[in-house]
Amino acid sequence: MTRTRRRSVFTVVFRVGTVLALALVLAPAAWLVAGVVSRAAAHWQWSVLWTNLYGEQGGLLGPITGTLILMAGVLLIAGTIGVLAGIHLAELGRPRRGGSPGGTWLRMASDVLSGFPSIVLGYVGYVALVVGLHWQFSLLPALLVLSVMVVPYIAKATETALRQVPTNYREGAEALGMRTGYALRKVVLRSAAPGIITGLLIALAIAGGETAPLLFTAEFSSGVWTGSFIHAHGFGYLTYLVFTFWSYPSKHANYLSYDAALILIVMVLVLLVAARIVVARTQRHSEGAQR
Amino acid sequence: MTTAQNAAGAAGVPPPAARGPIRTRPGDVLRSVAAALRAGETGAWRWGARVAVLLPFAALVFVVAVLAVKAYPAVRLNGGSFFTHSAWKIGSTYAQTVKTDGIAHPLGSSYGAWPMIAGTLQTSAIAVVIALPISIGCAFALTERLPRFLSRPLGFAIELLAGVPSVVLGLWGVLTFGPALSKTVYPFIATHLPNVPVFSFFKGTVGHGEGLLTGGLVLTLMIVPIITATTADLFRQVPTLPKEGGEALGMTDFEVANKITLRWVRSGIIGATVLGLGRALGETMALVLTVGAIFKVAPNVYSPMTTIAAAIATQLDSALTDGTGFSVASLAEIALVLAVMSVLVNLAARWIVHRTSRLGGPVGRAA
Repeated sequence: MTRTRRRSVFTVVFRVGTVLALALVLAPAAWLVAGVVSRAAAHWQWSVLWTNLYGEQGGLLGPITGTLILMAGVLLIAGTIGVLAGIHLAELGRPRRGGSPGGTWLRMASDVLSGFPSIVLGYVGYVALVVGLHWQFSLLPALLVLSVMVVPYIAKATETALRQVPTNYREGAEALGMRTGYALRKVVLRSAAPGIITGLLIALAIAGGETAPLLFTAEFSSGVWTGSFIHAHGFGYLTYLVFTFWSYPSKHANYLSYDAALILIVMVLVLLVAARIVVARTQRHSEGAQR
Repeated sequence: MTTAQNAAGAAGVPPPAARGPIRTRPGDVLRSVAAALRAGETGAWRWGARVAVLLPFAALVFVVAVLAVKAYPAVRLNGGSFFTHSAWKIGSTYAQTVKTDGIAHPLGSSYGAWPMIAGTLQTSAIAVVIALPISIGCAFALTERLPRFLSRPLGFAIELLAGVPSVVLGLWGVLTFGPALSKTVYPFIATHLPNVPVFSFFKGTVGHGEGLLTGGLVLTLMIVPIITATTADLFRQVPTLPKEGGEALGMTDFEVANKITLRWVRSGIIGATVLGLGRALGETMALVLTVGAIFKVAPNVYSPMTTIAAAIATQLDSALTDGTGFSVASLAEIALVLAVMSVLVNLAARWIVHRTSRLGGPVGRAA
């Protein structure tokens, strides 16, 4: 093979290869979505959305509300802590003398925490909270473990979003005589909001789709949440159904697990599309501002 | 317009001194409260942020402390054989409790984690080895090859794949993907590969689709979006001029990609891959469902096996039947091993990516 010939062969292989690689990912992804949708659609009844679950009978009202409650709780706990932590790392932490941003050790701790396998966090939640503090399987230990999981993520997203706010904005606010806190709320946070909201939405998607840390902190209960944060007898959520009900002998239980899988996928889709819309809208604005 | 004076002035209230006796009206009280709040706002933000940033640190210390305290008896009693033995037995929970070195454990208990450790390394290796070339190909397709109207929706599809809950992937893996492959692709591979050292691992009985290869492939599907997203971001940062220069010198597409773009971001791609590896090591639900959860080192690539994360998920229930608590302690030890592995890998990845890219963004976006 001549040199020229070899070069053109490599080029063709490269061109085909890139598209092939994309197909190798997208084909299973399409297969996955089609598989989940077709399994659920074959027997789909809208009534599962508002019917209670009794053992293996009924609908998914309890687990659906459970997942929503978990997401709301995570938004409240992890959202507050994560955003504040991000503000500290990006804005309020004292910079080092060399000019590099401060909080290196705290950021490192956050990174280490985000590298922790979720099942290990679940194990610690079980040993320390469910058994150690006698909280039993209930909402609060589940919320705490999920929050520990996503706080580093939200903090990182917030810090990144804040660092992208131009320094001019802060200087302008200071020149107008604003106090640091007021300027932070009215100017800096407002322009960083899209990035922060995107981070929160993706954290919500993670929290709603998580199973491993919940298995040993919330376990499961088929009823709707009774209002107790601790000392409950389990707390229901969708991913548990997907994990267990598919292998039960009863057909209806299997159907419920397929339905739960479909609802989870739709939920993630909605959250990611929402995040995309937030990003797209701000990109349009910033392009307009540049002109 | 932040101070109390300004706020009052703006509302048109004259200073109280000009009016003789001071009368307080409800509005004044509200205004002074608002002014006090504003004056304290900076401090509130500062203290709130200070407390919040310490919480992840506190959580980390707490988690590590709990693991260490729980694992201590197991670490002492299991010793080094924990990493080499293959038997994971709770022992007889009905018989008399035995004490070795002052640590109570049931008669006949034995803890060897080698199958799980090997399984974790095997599934992760399969995932990374397959995912790396595919991800680089995808990143090239998305950033360089495809027109924008195609690459944007396809990129979003990959992002969506990253968001699919792992338990849903596992469900699909065990119900659809694994069985389908075990009827078509696996027998083909098993019969047509030559019986030489590395490939012989791919020979033998194919099973029903729950096993190492199925788990590894599902895992691949989970980490491809992570590596692709980071790699595509890196490719977008490569300046256009060197690439145009390459083309002007008569380089082909492939040569520009291979000799300029890839070289430019090589260590960043290594970082992205290690990040994917960290994710693969700690993944639980997709693997619990697809690998079959059997405590044995897989004799061939289709056999059921287990990983550390999957073992923790499946073993905690039975560990609780051990009244001495030694079984829970041994789980803590293996959890600690897994945590150390994946934290080290994650830190290494972050360090590599941070060093090579000026991207401030969250590198492992699709967590």
